[in-house]
Amino acid sequence: MLQEESDLALIIAQIVQKLKGSNLYAQLERQAWASLQRPEIKLESLKEDIKEFFKISGWEKKLQNAVYSELSVFPLPSHPAAPPEHLKEPLVYMRKAQGSWEKRILKSLNSMCTELSIPLARKRPVGEQKELLNKWNEMGTDEPDLSLFRPVYAPKDFLEVLINLRNPNYENGDSHSFRTHLGLIQVPLKVKDIPELKEFFVELGLTAGQLGVDDSTQVPPELFENEHVRIGQKVLSEQDSAAAQQYIRQGSPTALRAELWALILNISSQPEDILYYEQLKTNVIQHDLLVDSLIYKDVKLTASNDDYYFVFEDYLYQVLLCFSRDTSVLGHFAYSSASPPKSYIRGKLGLEEYAVFYPPNGVIPFHGFSMYVAPLCFLYHEPSKLYQIFREMYVRFFFRLHSISSHPSGIVSLCLLFETLLQTYLPQLFYHLREIGAQPLRISFKWMVRAFSGYLATDQLLLLWDRILGYNSLEILAVLAAAVFAFRAVNLMEVTSLAAAEAVLADLSTLKVMPLLQIFLFATVT
Amino acid sequence: MSRVSVPCHVKGTVALQVGDVRTSQGRPGVLVIDVTFPSVAPFEHTSTHTPAKWVTCLRDYCLMPDPHSEEGAQEYVSLFKHQMLCDMGKVLELRLILRQPSPLWLSFTVEELQIYQQGPKSPSMTFPKWLSHPVPCEQPAPLLEGLPDPSRVSSEVQQMWALTEMIRASHTSTRIGRFDVDGCYDLNLLSYT
Repeated sequence: MLQEESDLALIIAQIVQKLKGSNLYAQLERQAWASLQRPEIKLESLKEDIKEFFKISGWEKKLQNAVYSELSVFPLPSHPAAPPEHLKEPLVYMRKAQGSWEKRILKSLNSMCTELSIPLARKRPVGEQKELLNKWNEMGTDEPDLSLFRPVYAPKDFLEVLINLRNPNYENGDSHSFRTHLGLIQVPLKVKDIPELKEFFVELGLTAGQLGVDDSTQVPPELFENEHVRIGQKVLSEQDSAAAQQYIRQGSPTALRAELWALILNISSQPEDILYYEQLKTNVIQHDLLVDSLIYKDVKLTASNDDYYFVFEDYLYQVLLCFSRDTSVLGHFAYSSASPPKSYIRGKLGLEEYAVFYPPNGVIPFHGFSMYVAPLCFLYHEPSKLYQIFREMYVRFFFRLHSISSHPSGIVSLCLLFETLLQTYLPQLFYHLREIGAQPLRISFKWMVRAFSGYLATDQLLLLWDRILGYNSLEILAVLAAAVFAFRAVNLMEVTSLAAAEAVLADLSTLKVMPLLQIFLFATVT
Repeated sequence: MSRVSVPCHVKGTVALQVGDVRTSQGRPGVLVIDVTFPSVAPFEHTSTHTPAKWVTCLRDYCLMPDPHSEEGAQEYVSLFKHQMLCDMGKVLELRLILRQPSPLWLSFTVEELQIYQQGPKSPSMTFPKWLSHPVPCEQPAPLLEGLPDPSRVSSEVQQMWALTEMIRASHTSTRIGRFDVDGCYDLNLLSYT
């Protein structure tokens, strides 16, 4: 049909436009020029011969991976009449809510600045620059006075905003009727039910092998594990992103995980990438930002206190401080409902030539932000690679966990999915918890916002994040949250207060995620 | 193929409801929007005086997959000629009948309605006259020694022109990476409207 052809042409044009500025484009051009020397390239059939050469030498695969990456990350071209803000977020009231939330954050940060008389940003004096460069690898030993700093917001503040989210065109009666939702989220977003989830997560079914279930000590490795590892090695040698994404749905062997994630996220450490990271490091040395103190405080409060992650404290600074200076992150605001905060050079208020984004990457960290990076430290030890992986994970997934949008993987949809699953399949538990004033979302929200980092044991967390990458969706976080409640349902039915319910669900470190997910999705009688 | 916007006048929406609108508790689930075309001239008049009658050109076109949820609730939609069940050549008036069976919404409608018709074929890119039409000679002029063949030069210049146009049109969207203004990044406060 004519419309589909022109849609396809538009998508192709968009991807070509994006890839034209990339390193890959320059490399392909160089390779094409160099290949002219080869005897098999003939002038009469130049185009076909070069294409054949690309196929054999593996460059076509690299291009395929880049195209697949673009398709996974960027939304499809929208209607020509739709303005850019529609691409960020189609629903007007959600855009407005995100705008108000951002304004609150900016006001909070501004008042912190004025109270503490600390500038948002300043150039470091040369002596201070030298000092920082010297202790770059051990910034954790620094003990700056952070007592006056407070995190800009915590997940529970964000939850209150989401609870008050309303569509003005929706029947929001005060009295309870069939129209009001029984949970905390009151916006009618479309979420999947269990039959749809079973179809979506079909590879997690009971008849398929899983790492996290079928690799336990009681199961002989010949049944599943050995073959799965062999296939994983083959996928890596083929260097095919799409195949890797499909493969990892059944979990990744520990030895292959770092390479598989890099392949799926289309990260290859080129010299240019290492140089780029070094440039960011230079930016950190030269300019001191207020957000740096927020990052320090967050790391000290969360990751440093965690038994699994405190050893990586120095890595966390090296990644997060550079992340704040990375302007390439600004690109994700095209498809995020959020917008980067703006500021003006001192003394040039209102002059557009002196308008800048603050921080340079437009992302203001909140309490717990460093926990997005911490688990990755187990996989990557080289700072620039660790940095690239984290940045890609953020612009693909994590940004959706702290912005208000109607996207199926956005935190609002995840909350509604969690509440709907619990209500539908554990109605007695849901009703009981509601009656005692312990709305389940109040407990599970912090798990989902952090993608369970810091709550699960690290090997279990990595198995969970395998599936986030495999399905290119965060919905599994909501399903796991419901599955945890289902698992502890008996204890939860006995409690009589929110505090007691929190206590039952305080420690998730002994949980095995894959059996929980399988039981909830495929073995619960509906 | 270009398209030409057709000026249209969208009348106010009329809700279809059984009983008295004021006293009735429920909300209307059907809306009718009439669209008239003030300048009917672009459309052909029928030569014979057949009375105008209503013809269904689109039936049960779903805009929201689930009437109770937000999916597709605020979307831009295009409808095309090839989706229509009848010939759209002689349209005098258009009537949109909207149905929203869910009682959860306070109101529903379509906004920013725009109608287009196929315009004249856009002229292809024209080269400046002297490039594409070298001066015709009465008889082929003898080639002067040492000078290149004029028709070959003309075609090569045309190709180069096209190449420069292409290069000028294709620009990358990569950022340079600087976040400061001339090395300065001294900021006081964040600004918001």
